[in-house]
Amino acid sequence: MTVSSATRATVVATPRGRRRRSSFTAYSWSSLLYVAPALLFFGVFVIYPICISVQTSFYEYDGLTVATPVGAANYVAVFTDPALREALLHSLVLLFFYAVLPVVIGLGLAGLLSRIRIYGLTFFRAVLFIPQVLSSVVVAVAWRGILASDGPLNSVMQAVGLGSFATSWLGDFDTALPAVGGIGTWVQYGLCMVLFLGGIVGIDRSLYEAARLDGAGAIREFRAITLPALRPQISIALILCITFALRNFDIIWNTTRGGPGTSTAVPSVYIYQDAFQNRALGQASAMAVVLTLLILVIVGIVQFALRERSDVPRAARRSGGVR
Amino acid sequence: MKVSTVETTLTHAILVLAALIAVYPLVSIVASALQGADGFGLGSFAVAWERGSFGPALLSSAFISITVVLVTVAVVSLAGYALATMRVPGGRIMLPVLLLGLVLPYEVTVLPLYQMMTDWGILDTWWALILPQIGLSVPLGVFWMRAFFAAVPVELLEAARIDGAGRFETFRLVLLPIAGPAIATLSTILFLFTWNEFLLALVLVPQSPVAQTAPLALSFFAGAGRSIDQSVVAAAAVIVAAPIVLAYVILQRRLIAGLTEGAVK
Repeated sequence: MTVSSATRATVVATPRGRRRRSSFTAYSWSSLLYVAPALLFFGVFVIYPICISVQTSFYEYDGLTVATPVGAANYVAVFTDPALREALLHSLVLLFFYAVLPVVIGLGLAGLLSRIRIYGLTFFRAVLFIPQVLSSVVVAVAWRGILASDGPLNSVMQAVGLGSFATSWLGDFDTALPAVGGIGTWVQYGLCMVLFLGGIVGIDRSLYEAARLDGAGAIREFRAITLPALRPQISIALILCITFALRNFDIIWNTTRGGPGTSTAVPSVYIYQDAFQNRALGQASAMAVVLTLLILVIVGIVQFALRERSDVPRAARRSGGVR
Repeated sequence: MKVSTVETTLTHAILVLAALIAVYPLVSIVASALQGADGFGLGSFAVAWERGSFGPALLSSAFISITVVLVTVAVVSLAGYALATMRVPGGRIMLPVLLLGLVLPYEVTVLPLYQMMTDWGILDTWWALILPQIGLSVPLGVFWMRAFFAAVPVELLEAARIDGAGRFETFRLVLLPIAGPAIATLSTILFLFTWNEFLLALVLVPQSPVAQTAPLALSFFAGAGRSIDQSVVAAAAVIVAAPIVLAYVILQRRLIAGLTEGAVK
Protein backbone atom coordinates (compact mmCIF):
# COMPACT_ATOMS: atom_id res chain seq x y z
CA MET A 1 0.00 0.00 0.00
CA THR A 2 2.63 2.51 1.08
CA VAL A 3 4.71 1.71 -1.93
CA SER A 4 2.02 2.26 -4.52
CA SER A 5 0.86 5.56 -3.05
CA ALA A 6 4.45 6.77 -2.87
CA THR A 7 4.86 5.81 -6.52
CA ARG A 8 1.79 7.71 -7.56
CA ALA A 9 2.93 10.79 -5.67
CA THR A 10 6.24 10.79 -7.53
CA VAL A 11 4.63 10.33 -10.91
CA VAL A 12 2.26 13.22 -10.28
CA ALA A 13 5.10 15.41 -9.04
CA THR A 14 7.07 14.96 -12.27
CA PRO A 15 6.53 17.83 -14.73
CA ARG A 16 4.13 16.66 -17.40
CA GLY A 17 6.22 17.61 -20.44
CA ARG A 18 9.36 15.95 -19.19
CA ARG A 19 7.53 12.80 -18.29
CA ARG A 20 6.17 12.45 -21.81
CA ARG A 21 9.56 12.76 -23.39
CA SER A 22 11.38 10.47 -21.02
CA SER A 23 8.75 7.79 -20.44
CA PHE A 24 9.97 5.08 -22.74
CA THR A 25 13.30 6.26 -24.06
CA ALA A 26 15.78 7.75 -21.60
CA TYR A 27 16.75 6.17 -18.28
CA SER A 28 14.00 6.99 -15.83
CA TRP A 29 15.09 6.98 -12.25
CA SER A 30 11.52 6.97 -10.99
CA SER A 31 11.08 3.54 -12.62
CA LEU A 32 13.20 2.22 -9.77
CA LEU A 33 10.24 2.83 -7.48
CA TYR A 34 8.25 0.25 -9.45
CA VAL A 35 11.06 -2.30 -9.24
CA ALA A 36 12.02 -1.59 -5.65
CA PRO A 37 9.47 -3.69 -3.72
CA ALA A 38 10.22 -6.83 -5.73
CA LEU A 39 13.97 -6.28 -5.51
CA LEU A 40 13.71 -5.66 -1.78
CA PHE A 41 12.09 -9.06 -1.19
CA PHE A 42 14.51 -10.76 -3.57
CA GLY A 43 17.52 -9.03 -2.05
CA VAL A 44 16.68 -9.61 1.60
CA PHE A 45 15.38 -13.19 1.35
CA VAL A 46 17.43 -14.61 -1.53
CA ILE A 47 20.60 -12.64 -2.34
CA TYR A 48 21.56 -11.78 1.24
CA PRO A 49 21.15 -15.39 2.49
CA ILE A 50 23.27 -16.63 -0.41
CA CYS A 51 26.04 -14.21 0.57
CA ILE A 52 25.83 -15.43 4.17
CA SER A 53 26.02 -19.05 2.98
CA VAL A 54 29.13 -18.30 0.93
CA GLN A 55 30.70 -16.52 3.90
CA THR A 56 29.81 -19.30 6.36
CA SER A 57 31.28 -21.91 4.04
CA PHE A 58 34.77 -20.63 4.85
CA TYR A 59 34.30 -21.06 8.61
CA GLU A 60 33.88 -23.82 11.11
CA TYR A 61 30.69 -22.84 12.88
CA ASP A 62 28.24 -24.63 15.18
CA GLY A 63 25.66 -21.84 15.16
CA LEU A 64 26.29 -20.95 18.81
CA THR A 65 29.94 -20.30 19.64
CA VAL A 66 32.45 -18.13 17.77
CA ALA A 67 33.15 -19.20 14.18
CA THR A 68 36.72 -20.16 13.26
CA PRO A 69 37.99 -19.37 9.75
CA VAL A 70 39.21 -22.54 8.06
CA GLY A 71 39.94 -21.35 4.52
CA ALA A 72 38.79 -23.78 1.85
CA ALA A 73 38.81 -26.81 4.14
CA ASN A 74 35.04 -27.30 3.92
CA TYR A 75 35.25 -27.34 0.11
CA VAL A 76 38.14 -29.79 0.17
CA ALA A 77 35.98 -32.01 2.37
CA VAL A 78 33.11 -31.91 -0.12
CA PHE A 79 35.33 -33.54 -2.73
CA THR A 80 37.46 -35.77 -0.49
CA ASP A 81 35.12 -36.95 2.26
CA PRO A 82 33.96 -40.38 1.03
CA ALA A 83 30.39 -39.86 2.30
CA LEU A 84 29.97 -36.51 0.56
CA ARG A 85 31.57 -37.79 -2.63
CA GLU A 86 29.21 -40.73 -2.58
CA ALA A 87 26.30 -38.30 -2.20
CA LEU A 88 27.42 -36.35 -5.27
CA LEU A 89 27.67 -39.63 -7.17
CA HIS A 90 24.11 -40.53 -6.15
CA SER A 91 23.01 -37.17 -7.51
CA LEU A 92 24.47 -38.04 -10.89
CA VAL A 93 22.67 -41.41 -10.87
CA LEU A 94 19.44 -39.63 -9.99
CA LEU A 95 20.08 -37.19 -12.83
CA PHE A 96 19.56 -40.15 -15.15
CA PHE A 97 16.26 -41.14 -13.50
CA TYR A 98 14.92 -37.63 -12.91
CA ALA A 99 16.00 -35.93 -16.12
CA VAL A 100 17.32 -38.22 -18.88
CA LEU A 101 14.68 -40.93 -18.57
CA PRO A 102 11.63 -38.60 -18.40
CA VAL A 103 12.84 -36.61 -21.40
CA VAL A 104 13.52 -39.77 -23.42
CA ILE A 105 10.14 -41.29 -22.50
CA GLY A 106 8.43 -37.99 -23.26
CA LEU A 107 10.17 -37.70 -26.63
CA GLY A 108 9.37 -41.28 -27.57
CA LEU A 109 5.70 -40.80 -26.85
CA ALA A 110 5.72 -37.39 -28.51
CA GLY A 111 7.18 -39.01 -31.63
CA LEU A 112 4.36 -41.54 -31.72
CA LEU A 113 1.71 -38.92 -31.01
CA SER A 114 2.99 -36.53 -33.68
CA ARG A 115 1.97 -39.06 -36.35
CA ILE A 116 -1.69 -39.25 -35.49
CA ARG A 117 -4.69 -37.10 -34.70
CA ILE A 118 -5.00 -37.23 -30.91
CA TYR A 119 -8.44 -37.57 -29.40
CA GLY A 120 -9.02 -36.10 -25.94
CA LEU A 121 -5.73 -34.18 -25.89
CA THR A 122 -6.81 -31.76 -23.13
CA PHE A 123 -7.96 -34.64 -20.96
CA PHE A 124 -4.71 -36.57 -21.35
CA ARG A 125 -2.64 -33.47 -20.70
CA ALA A 126 -4.55 -32.77 -17.50
CA VAL A 127 -4.11 -36.35 -16.24
CA LEU A 128 -0.43 -36.59 -17.18
CA PHE A 129 0.25 -33.38 -15.25
CA ILE A 130 -1.19 -34.67 -11.96
CA PRO A 131 2.17 -35.87 -10.51
CA GLN A 132 3.45 -32.28 -10.76
CA VAL A 133 0.52 -30.92 -8.78
CA LEU A 134 0.71 -33.26 -5.81
CA SER A 135 2.80 -32.35 -2.80
CA SER A 136 6.05 -34.32 -2.77
CA VAL A 137 5.13 -35.64 0.67
CA VAL A 138 1.89 -37.09 -0.73
CA VAL A 139 3.89 -38.59 -3.60
CA ALA A 140 6.33 -40.13 -1.11
CA VAL A 141 3.56 -41.62 1.02
CA ALA A 142 1.82 -43.09 -2.03
CA TRP A 143 4.99 -44.67 -3.40
CA ARG A 144 6.05 -45.99 -0.01
CA GLY A 145 2.82 -47.98 -0.11
CA ILE A 146 3.29 -49.15 -3.69
CA LEU A 147 6.91 -50.20 -3.17
CA ALA A 148 6.42 -51.80 0.26
CA SER A 149 7.24 -55.50 0.65
CA ASP A 150 3.51 -56.30 0.83
CA GLY A 151 2.64 -53.60 -1.70
CA PRO A 152 0.94 -53.80 -5.10
CA LEU A 153 4.20 -53.86 -7.10
CA ASN A 154 5.32 -57.09 -5.46
CA SER A 155 1.83 -58.58 -5.84
CA VAL A 156 1.97 -57.90 -9.57
CA MET A 157 5.45 -59.41 -9.78
CA GLN A 158 4.30 -62.52 -7.98
CA ALA A 159 1.28 -62.79 -10.28
CA VAL A 160 3.47 -62.76 -13.40
CA GLY A 161 5.99 -65.24 -11.97
CA LEU A 162 8.70 -62.78 -11.00
CA GLY A 163 8.01 -63.33 -7.31
CA SER A 164 11.63 -64.25 -6.61
CA PHE A 165 12.66 -60.66 -7.41
CA ALA A 166 10.11 -59.16 -5.04
CA THR A 167 11.72 -57.15 -2.26
CA SER A 168 11.24 -54.20 0.03
CA TRP A 169 12.26 -51.83 -2.74
CA LEU A 170 13.02 -48.78 -0.59
CA GLY A 171 14.56 -50.80 2.23
CA ASP A 172 17.03 -52.89 0.22
CA PHE A 173 20.58 -51.55 -0.21
CA ASP A 174 20.68 -52.61 -3.86
CA THR A 175 17.28 -51.34 -4.95
CA ALA A 176 16.70 -48.21 -2.85
CA LEU A 177 18.49 -45.77 -5.16
CA PRO A 178 16.84 -46.95 -8.40
CA ALA A 179 13.50 -47.14 -6.54
CA VAL A 180 13.78 -43.50 -5.45
CA GLY A 181 14.90 -42.73 -9.00
CA GLY A 182 11.80 -44.42 -10.38
CA ILE A 183 9.61 -42.15 -8.27
CA GLY A 184 11.38 -39.18 -9.81
CA THR A 185 10.84 -40.55 -13.31
CA TRP A 186 7.15 -40.86 -12.50
CA VAL A 187 6.96 -37.28 -11.20
CA GLN A 188 8.68 -35.80 -14.25
CA TYR A 189 7.63 -37.78 -17.34
CA GLY A 190 4.15 -36.24 -17.42
CA LEU A 191 5.63 -32.74 -17.30
CA CYS A 192 7.90 -33.58 -20.25
CA MET A 193 5.01 -35.07 -22.23
CA VAL A 194 2.79 -32.06 -21.57
CA LEU A 195 5.55 -29.70 -22.71
CA PHE A 196 6.30 -31.78 -25.83
CA LEU A 197 2.61 -32.19 -26.69
CA GLY A 198 2.31 -28.41 -26.52
CA GLY A 199 5.17 -28.18 -29.01
CA ILE A 200 3.80 -30.81 -31.37
CA VAL A 201 0.46 -29.04 -31.68
CA GLY A 202 2.37 -26.06 -33.06
CA ILE A 203 4.17 -28.00 -35.81
CA ASP A 204 2.91 -27.33 -39.31
CA ARG A 205 1.15 -30.55 -40.44
CA SER A 206 2.17 -30.00 -44.05
CA LEU A 207 5.78 -30.72 -43.07
CA TYR A 208 4.75 -34.28 -42.23
CA GLU A 209 2.75 -34.58 -45.46
CA ALA A 210 5.79 -33.45 -47.42
CA ALA A 211 8.10 -35.83 -45.58
CA ARG A 212 5.77 -38.72 -46.29
CA LEU A 213 5.57 -37.83 -49.98
CA ASP A 214 9.36 -38.00 -49.95
CA GLY A 215 9.01 -41.50 -48.55
CA ALA A 216 10.32 -40.73 -45.08
CA GLY A 217 9.59 -43.37 -42.43
CA ALA A 218 8.60 -42.79 -38.84
CA ILE A 219 12.20 -42.51 -37.66
CA ARG A 220 13.24 -40.03 -40.35
CA GLU A 221 10.12 -38.02 -39.69
CA PHE A 222 10.92 -37.87 -35.97
CA ARG A 223 14.51 -36.90 -36.54
CA ALA A 224 13.95 -34.39 -39.32
CA ILE A 225 10.77 -32.66 -38.15
CA THR A 226 9.62 -33.48 -34.62
CA LEU A 227 12.98 -33.33 -32.84
CA PRO A 228 14.19 -30.00 -34.29
CA ALA A 229 10.80 -28.39 -33.74
CA LEU A 230 10.76 -29.41 -30.09
CA ARG A 231 14.17 -27.94 -29.30
CA PRO A 232 12.87 -25.11 -27.06
CA GLN A 233 10.62 -27.53 -25.18
CA ILE A 234 13.45 -30.04 -24.74
CA SER A 235 15.65 -27.29 -23.37
CA ILE A 236 13.09 -26.13 -20.81
CA ALA A 237 12.18 -29.73 -19.86
CA LEU A 238 15.83 -30.59 -19.26
CA ILE A 239 16.39 -27.49 -17.15
CA LEU A 240 13.30 -28.14 -15.00
CA CYS A 241 14.18 -31.83 -14.59
CA ILE A 242 17.86 -31.24 -13.83
CA THR A 243 17.16 -28.64 -11.13
CA PHE A 244 14.55 -30.95 -9.65
CA ALA A 245 16.99 -33.87 -9.71
CA LEU A 246 19.84 -32.03 -8.05
CA ARG A 247 17.72 -30.29 -5.41
CA ASN A 248 15.67 -33.36 -4.59
CA PHE A 249 15.34 -33.18 -0.83
CA ASP A 250 11.62 -33.81 -0.37
CA ILE A 251 11.16 -37.23 -1.94
CA ILE A 252 14.30 -38.76 -0.44
CA TRP A 253 13.62 -37.29 3.01
CA ASN A 254 10.08 -38.64 3.01
CA THR A 255 10.87 -42.09 1.64
CA THR A 256 14.30 -43.24 2.85
CA ARG A 257 15.93 -40.34 4.79
CA GLY A 258 19.04 -41.23 2.78
CA GLY A 259 19.02 -44.86 3.87
CA PRO A 260 19.28 -47.76 4.18
CA GLY A 261 22.78 -46.93 5.44
CA THR A 262 23.83 -44.14 3.10
CA SER A 263 22.61 -45.83 -0.07
CA THR A 264 20.29 -42.97 -1.09
CA ALA A 265 22.07 -40.07 0.63
CA VAL A 266 22.26 -36.97 -1.58
CA PRO A 267 23.87 -33.55 -0.95
CA SER A 268 20.64 -31.90 0.24
CA VAL A 269 20.14 -34.56 2.92
CA TYR A 270 23.68 -33.93 4.24
CA ILE A 271 23.08 -30.18 4.09
CA TYR A 272 20.03 -30.58 6.33
CA GLN A 273 21.66 -33.08 8.66
CA ASP A 274 24.96 -31.20 8.95
CA ALA A 275 23.15 -27.97 9.71
CA PHE A 276 20.40 -29.10 12.04
CA GLN A 277 21.58 -32.36 13.54
CA ASN A 278 25.41 -32.22 13.53
CA ARG A 279 25.62 -28.43 13.97
CA ALA A 280 28.31 -28.22 11.26
CA LEU A 281 27.04 -25.10 9.53
CA GLY A 282 30.27 -24.36 7.66
CA GLN A 283 30.33 -27.80 6.08
CA ALA A 284 26.63 -27.62 5.23
CA SER A 285 27.07 -24.20 3.63
CA ALA A 286 30.00 -25.37 1.51
CA MET A 287 27.93 -28.31 0.28
CA ALA A 288 25.03 -25.96 -0.55
CA VAL A 289 27.33 -23.65 -2.49
CA VAL A 290 28.80 -26.57 -4.44
CA LEU A 291 25.30 -27.86 -5.19
CA THR A 292 24.26 -24.42 -6.45
CA LEU A 293 27.32 -24.11 -8.69
CA LEU A 294 26.77 -27.64 -10.00
CA ILE A 295 23.19 -26.77 -10.98
CA LEU A 296 24.23 -23.51 -12.62
CA VAL A 297 27.02 -25.20 -14.59
CA ILE A 298 24.87 -28.10 -15.83
CA VAL A 299 21.92 -25.84 -16.69
CA GLY A 300 24.35 -23.50 -18.47
CA ILE A 301 25.78 -26.39 -20.49
CA VAL A 302 22.31 -27.60 -21.50
CA GLN A 303 21.19 -24.15 -22.54
CA PHE A 304 24.37 -23.54 -24.48
CA ALA A 305 24.25 -26.92 -26.22
CA LEU A 306 20.64 -26.59 -27.29
CA ARG A 307 20.88 -22.95 -28.30
CA GLU A 308 24.11 -23.42 -30.23
CA ARG A 309 22.70 -26.08 -32.54
CA SER A 310 19.64 -24.07 -33.48
CA ASP A 311 21.98 -21.48 -35.07
CA VAL A 312 23.43 -24.09 -37.41
CA PRO A 313 21.59 -24.15 -40.75
CA ARG A 314 18.98 -26.83 -40.99
CA ALA A 315 20.70 -28.88 -43.72
CA ALA A 316 23.99 -29.01 -41.84
CA ARG A 317 22.13 -29.99 -38.72
CA ARG A 318 20.42 -32.87 -40.45
CA SER A 319 23.58 -34.32 -41.97
CA GLY A 320 25.35 -33.95 -38.64
CA GLY A 321 22.48 -35.59 -36.81
CA VAL A 322 22.40 -38.77 -38.86
CA ARG A 323 25.41 -40.15 -37.06
CA MET B 1 -3.20 -37.39 -43.03
CA LYS B 2 -3.04 -41.04 -43.89
CA VAL B 3 -2.04 -43.10 -40.92
CA SER B 4 -3.53 -46.52 -40.39
CA THR B 5 -6.29 -46.97 -37.83
CA VAL B 6 -4.16 -49.69 -36.26
CA GLU B 7 -1.41 -47.17 -35.52
CA THR B 8 -3.93 -44.62 -34.23
CA THR B 9 -5.44 -47.20 -31.89
CA LEU B 10 -2.07 -48.50 -30.66
CA THR B 11 -0.77 -45.01 -29.98
CA HIS B 12 -3.90 -44.12 -28.05
CA ALA B 13 -3.50 -47.33 -26.06
CA ILE B 14 0.01 -46.24 -25.07
CA LEU B 15 -1.32 -42.78 -24.17
CA VAL B 16 -4.00 -44.35 -21.98
CA LEU B 17 -1.35 -46.49 -20.28
CA ALA B 18 0.82 -43.42 -19.61
CA ALA B 19 -2.21 -41.63 -18.14
CA LEU B 20 -3.11 -44.62 -15.96
CA ILE B 21 0.42 -44.77 -14.57
CA ALA B 22 0.20 -41.04 -13.82
CA VAL B 23 -2.95 -41.39 -11.70
CA TYR B 24 -2.28 -44.80 -10.17
CA PRO B 25 -0.44 -43.63 -7.01
CA LEU B 26 -3.25 -41.17 -6.26
CA VAL B 27 -5.84 -43.89 -6.80
CA SER B 28 -3.81 -46.27 -4.63
CA ILE B 29 -3.82 -43.97 -1.57
CA VAL B 30 -7.55 -43.32 -1.95
CA ALA B 31 -8.16 -47.07 -2.19
CA SER B 32 -6.00 -47.95 0.80
CA ALA B 33 -7.52 -45.10 2.85
CA LEU B 34 -10.98 -46.52 2.21
CA GLN B 35 -9.95 -50.03 3.28
CA GLY B 36 -9.34 -49.35 6.94
CA ALA B 37 -8.75 -51.73 9.82
CA ASP B 38 -12.48 -52.05 10.35
CA GLY B 39 -13.41 -52.71 6.75
CA PHE B 40 -14.45 -50.42 3.91
CA GLY B 41 -15.43 -46.92 4.98
CA LEU B 42 -14.34 -43.45 6.00
CA GLY B 43 -13.08 -44.53 9.45
CA SER B 44 -9.42 -43.93 8.59
CA PHE B 45 -10.15 -40.35 7.56
CA ALA B 46 -11.74 -39.61 10.94
CA VAL B 47 -8.75 -41.08 12.79
CA ALA B 48 -6.21 -39.21 10.63
CA TRP B 49 -8.08 -35.91 10.95
CA GLU B 50 -8.25 -36.25 14.70
CA ARG B 51 -4.70 -37.41 15.39
CA GLY B 52 -2.77 -35.40 12.78
CA SER B 53 -4.29 -31.96 13.49
CA PHE B 54 -4.76 -31.43 9.75
CA GLY B 55 -7.43 -28.78 10.27
CA PRO B 56 -4.98 -26.13 11.54
CA ALA B 57 -2.36 -27.35 9.04
CA LEU B 58 -4.67 -26.83 6.06
CA LEU B 59 -5.59 -23.42 7.44
CA SER B 60 -1.89 -22.49 7.76
CA SER B 61 -1.18 -23.64 4.22
CA ALA B 62 -4.14 -21.70 2.87
CA PHE B 63 -3.25 -18.47 4.71
CA ILE B 64 0.46 -18.70 3.83
CA SER B 65 -0.15 -19.52 0.16
CA ILE B 66 -2.80 -16.86 -0.37
CA THR B 67 -0.69 -14.16 1.29
CA VAL B 68 2.40 -15.11 -0.72
CA VAL B 69 0.41 -15.05 -3.97
CA LEU B 70 -1.25 -11.68 -3.26
CA VAL B 71 1.93 -9.88 -2.23
CA THR B 72 4.04 -11.48 -4.97
CA VAL B 73 1.55 -10.63 -7.72
CA ALA B 74 1.43 -7.02 -6.51
CA VAL B 75 5.19 -6.49 -6.43
CA VAL B 76 6.04 -8.44 -9.60
CA SER B 77 3.32 -6.71 -11.64
CA LEU B 78 4.87 -3.35 -10.83
CA ALA B 79 8.39 -4.62 -11.49
CA GLY B 80 7.41 -6.47 -14.68
CA TYR B 81 5.65 -3.36 -15.97
CA ALA B 82 8.68 -1.18 -15.33
CA LEU B 83 11.15 -3.66 -16.85
CA ALA B 84 8.98 -4.14 -19.95
CA THR B 85 8.11 -0.52 -20.72
CA MET B 86 10.68 1.75 -19.08
CA ARG B 87 14.44 2.05 -19.19
CA VAL B 88 15.22 1.00 -15.65
CA PRO B 89 18.74 1.95 -14.49
CA GLY B 90 20.54 -1.34 -13.82
CA GLY B 91 17.80 -3.29 -15.59
CA ARG B 92 20.39 -5.17 -17.61
CA ILE B 93 21.95 -6.53 -14.41
CA MET B 94 18.62 -7.26 -12.71
CA LEU B 95 17.38 -9.71 -15.33
CA PRO B 96 20.36 -12.12 -15.34
CA VAL B 97 20.45 -12.06 -11.53
CA LEU B 98 16.73 -12.86 -11.38
CA LEU B 99 17.32 -15.60 -13.98
CA LEU B 100 19.80 -17.23 -11.59
CA GLY B 101 17.07 -17.10 -8.96
CA LEU B 102 14.92 -19.35 -11.15
CA VAL B 103 17.22 -22.36 -10.89
CA LEU B 104 18.57 -21.75 -7.40
CA PRO B 105 18.34 -24.64 -4.91
CA TYR B 106 16.58 -23.50 -1.73
CA GLU B 107 19.27 -25.37 0.20
CA VAL B 108 21.67 -22.46 -0.27
CA THR B 109 19.30 -19.92 1.31
CA VAL B 110 17.63 -21.96 4.00
CA LEU B 111 20.36 -22.01 6.69
CA PRO B 112 20.83 -18.21 6.80
CA LEU B 113 17.03 -17.80 6.65
CA TYR B 114 16.72 -19.95 9.75
CA GLN B 115 19.21 -17.68 11.52
CA MET B 116 17.41 -14.53 10.30
CA MET B 117 13.98 -15.72 11.39
CA THR B 118 15.38 -16.69 14.79
CA ASP B 119 16.97 -13.26 15.20
CA TRP B 120 13.75 -11.52 14.18
CA GLY B 121 11.78 -13.66 16.62
CA ILE B 122 9.38 -14.98 13.99
CA LEU B 123 10.65 -18.57 13.68
CA ASP B 124 7.72 -21.00 13.95
CA THR B 125 5.22 -18.40 12.79
CA TRP B 126 3.42 -18.03 9.44
CA TRP B 127 5.64 -15.04 8.63
CA ALA B 128 8.78 -17.17 8.72
CA LEU B 129 7.42 -18.94 5.63
CA ILE B 130 5.57 -16.06 3.99
CA LEU B 131 8.43 -13.55 3.74
CA PRO B 132 11.08 -15.87 2.21
CA GLN B 133 8.60 -17.45 -0.17
CA ILE B 134 7.67 -14.03 -1.56
CA GLY B 135 11.37 -13.42 -2.19
CA LEU B 136 11.79 -16.82 -3.83
CA SER B 137 8.69 -16.28 -6.02
CA VAL B 138 9.90 -12.92 -7.32
CA PRO B 139 12.12 -14.23 -10.19
CA LEU B 140 9.39 -16.33 -11.82
CA GLY B 141 6.80 -13.61 -11.27
CA VAL B 142 8.90 -10.81 -12.71
CA PHE B 143 9.74 -12.81 -15.83
CA TRP B 144 6.13 -13.83 -16.25
CA MET B 145 4.67 -10.33 -15.94
CA ARG B 146 7.48 -8.73 -17.93
CA ALA B 147 6.80 -11.15 -20.80
CA PHE B 148 3.12 -10.26 -20.65
CA PHE B 149 3.61 -6.48 -20.56
CA ALA B 150 6.26 -6.63 -23.29
CA ALA B 151 3.72 -8.36 -25.57
CA VAL B 152 1.16 -5.56 -25.16
CA PRO B 153 1.01 -3.49 -28.40
CA VAL B 154 2.98 -0.25 -28.10
CA GLU B 155 0.02 1.60 -29.66
CA LEU B 156 -2.02 0.90 -26.54
CA LEU B 157 0.58 2.53 -24.31
CA GLU B 158 0.91 5.45 -26.75
CA ALA B 159 -2.84 5.97 -26.81
CA ALA B 160 -2.97 6.03 -23.03
CA ARG B 161 -0.16 8.57 -22.96
CA ILE B 162 -1.82 10.82 -25.52
CA ASP B 163 -4.99 10.72 -23.42
CA GLY B 164 -2.87 12.18 -20.64
CA ALA B 165 -2.52 9.10 -18.47
CA GLY B 166 0.59 9.02 -16.31
CA ARG B 167 2.67 5.90 -16.00
CA PHE B 168 0.89 4.62 -12.96
CA GLU B 169 -2.54 5.43 -14.42
CA THR B 170 -1.57 3.57 -17.61
CA PHE B 171 -0.62 0.59 -15.47
CA ARG B 172 -3.69 0.66 -13.28
CA LEU B 173 -6.39 1.63 -15.78
CA VAL B 174 -5.13 0.24 -19.09
CA LEU B 175 -2.79 -2.69 -18.42
CA LEU B 176 -4.09 -4.32 -15.23
CA PRO B 177 -7.61 -4.86 -16.62
CA ILE B 178 -6.22 -6.84 -19.59
CA ALA B 179 -3.64 -8.70 -17.47
CA GLY B 180 -6.30 -10.80 -15.74
CA PRO B 181 -5.57 -14.13 -17.47
CA ALA B 182 -1.78 -13.76 -17.13
CA ILE B 183 -2.13 -12.90 -13.44
CA ALA B 184 -4.55 -15.79 -12.88
CA THR B 185 -2.16 -18.34 -14.39
CA LEU B 186 0.80 -16.93 -12.47
CA SER B 187 -1.25 -17.02 -9.25
CA THR B 188 -2.14 -20.66 -9.83
CA ILE B 189 1.50 -21.66 -10.37
CA LEU B 190 2.73 -19.68 -7.35
CA PHE B 191 -0.06 -21.07 -5.20
CA LEU B 192 0.93 -24.64 -6.13
CA PHE B 193 4.62 -24.03 -5.44
CA THR B 194 3.95 -22.34 -2.11
CA TRP B 195 1.41 -24.88 -0.96
CA ASN B 196 3.73 -27.80 -1.76
CA GLU B 197 7.00 -26.35 -0.45
CA PHE B 198 8.51 -28.75 2.04
CA LEU B 199 12.15 -27.98 2.91
CA LEU B 200 11.45 -24.37 3.98
CA ALA B 201 8.54 -25.50 6.14
CA LEU B 202 10.65 -28.23 7.75
CA VAL B 203 13.36 -25.73 8.65
CA LEU B 204 11.40 -22.56 9.41
CA VAL B 205 8.31 -23.80 11.27
CA PRO B 206 9.66 -27.02 12.82
CA GLN B 207 8.21 -26.83 16.32
CA SER B 208 4.90 -25.08 16.03
CA PRO B 209 1.76 -27.17 15.51
CA VAL B 210 -0.09 -23.92 14.77
CA ALA B 211 2.15 -22.74 11.94
CA GLN B 212 2.83 -26.17 10.39
CA THR B 213 1.81 -26.48 6.75
CA ALA B 214 -0.21 -29.43 5.48
CA PRO B 215 2.72 -31.23 3.75
CA LEU B 216 4.86 -30.83 6.87
CA ALA B 217 2.11 -32.15 9.12
CA LEU B 218 1.75 -35.13 6.79
CA SER B 219 5.50 -35.74 6.82
CA PHE B 220 5.58 -35.78 10.65
CA PHE B 221 2.43 -37.89 10.80
CA ALA B 222 3.67 -40.47 8.28
CA GLY B 223 7.13 -40.61 9.83
CA ALA B 224 5.85 -40.91 13.38
CA GLY B 225 6.34 -44.66 13.46
CA ARG B 226 5.18 -48.01 12.28
CA SER B 227 2.51 -48.12 14.96
CA ILE B 228 0.09 -46.15 12.79
CA ASP B 229 -2.21 -48.12 10.52
CA GLN B 230 -1.10 -47.65 6.90
CA SER B 231 -4.66 -46.88 5.83
CA VAL B 232 -4.68 -43.97 8.31
CA VAL B 233 -1.46 -42.63 6.77
CA ALA B 234 -3.01 -42.99 3.31
CA ALA B 235 -6.12 -41.16 4.53
CA ALA B 236 -3.91 -38.34 5.85
CA ALA B 237 -2.22 -38.11 2.44
CA VAL B 238 -5.62 -37.89 0.75
CA ILE B 239 -6.69 -35.12 3.15
CA VAL B 240 -3.56 -33.13 2.30
CA ALA B 241 -3.86 -33.78 -1.44
CA ALA B 242 -7.60 -33.12 -1.73
CA PRO B 243 -7.71 -29.29 -1.73
CA ILE B 244 -4.93 -29.08 -4.32
CA VAL B 245 -6.45 -31.77 -6.54
CA LEU B 246 -9.83 -30.04 -6.37
CA ALA B 247 -8.30 -26.68 -7.23
CA TYR B 248 -6.39 -28.35 -10.06
CA VAL B 249 -9.52 -29.91 -11.54
CA ILE B 250 -11.05 -26.43 -11.71
CA LEU B 251 -7.96 -24.57 -12.91
CA GLN B 252 -6.09 -27.17 -15.00
CA ARG B 253 -6.99 -25.81 -18.42
CA ARG B 254 -5.62 -22.36 -17.66
CA LEU B 255 -2.62 -23.75 -15.81
CA ILE B 256 -1.48 -26.12 -18.55
CA ALA B 257 -2.10 -23.67 -21.37
CA GLY B 258 -0.13 -21.08 -19.44
CA LEU B 259 2.72 -23.47 -18.71
CA THR B 260 3.15 -24.85 -22.22
CA GLU B 261 3.19 -21.35 -23.71
CA GLY B 262 4.83 -19.46 -20.85
CA ALA B 263 7.64 -21.92 -20.12
CA VAL B 264 9.13 -21.64 -23.57
CA LYS B 265 8.98 -17.85 -23.69
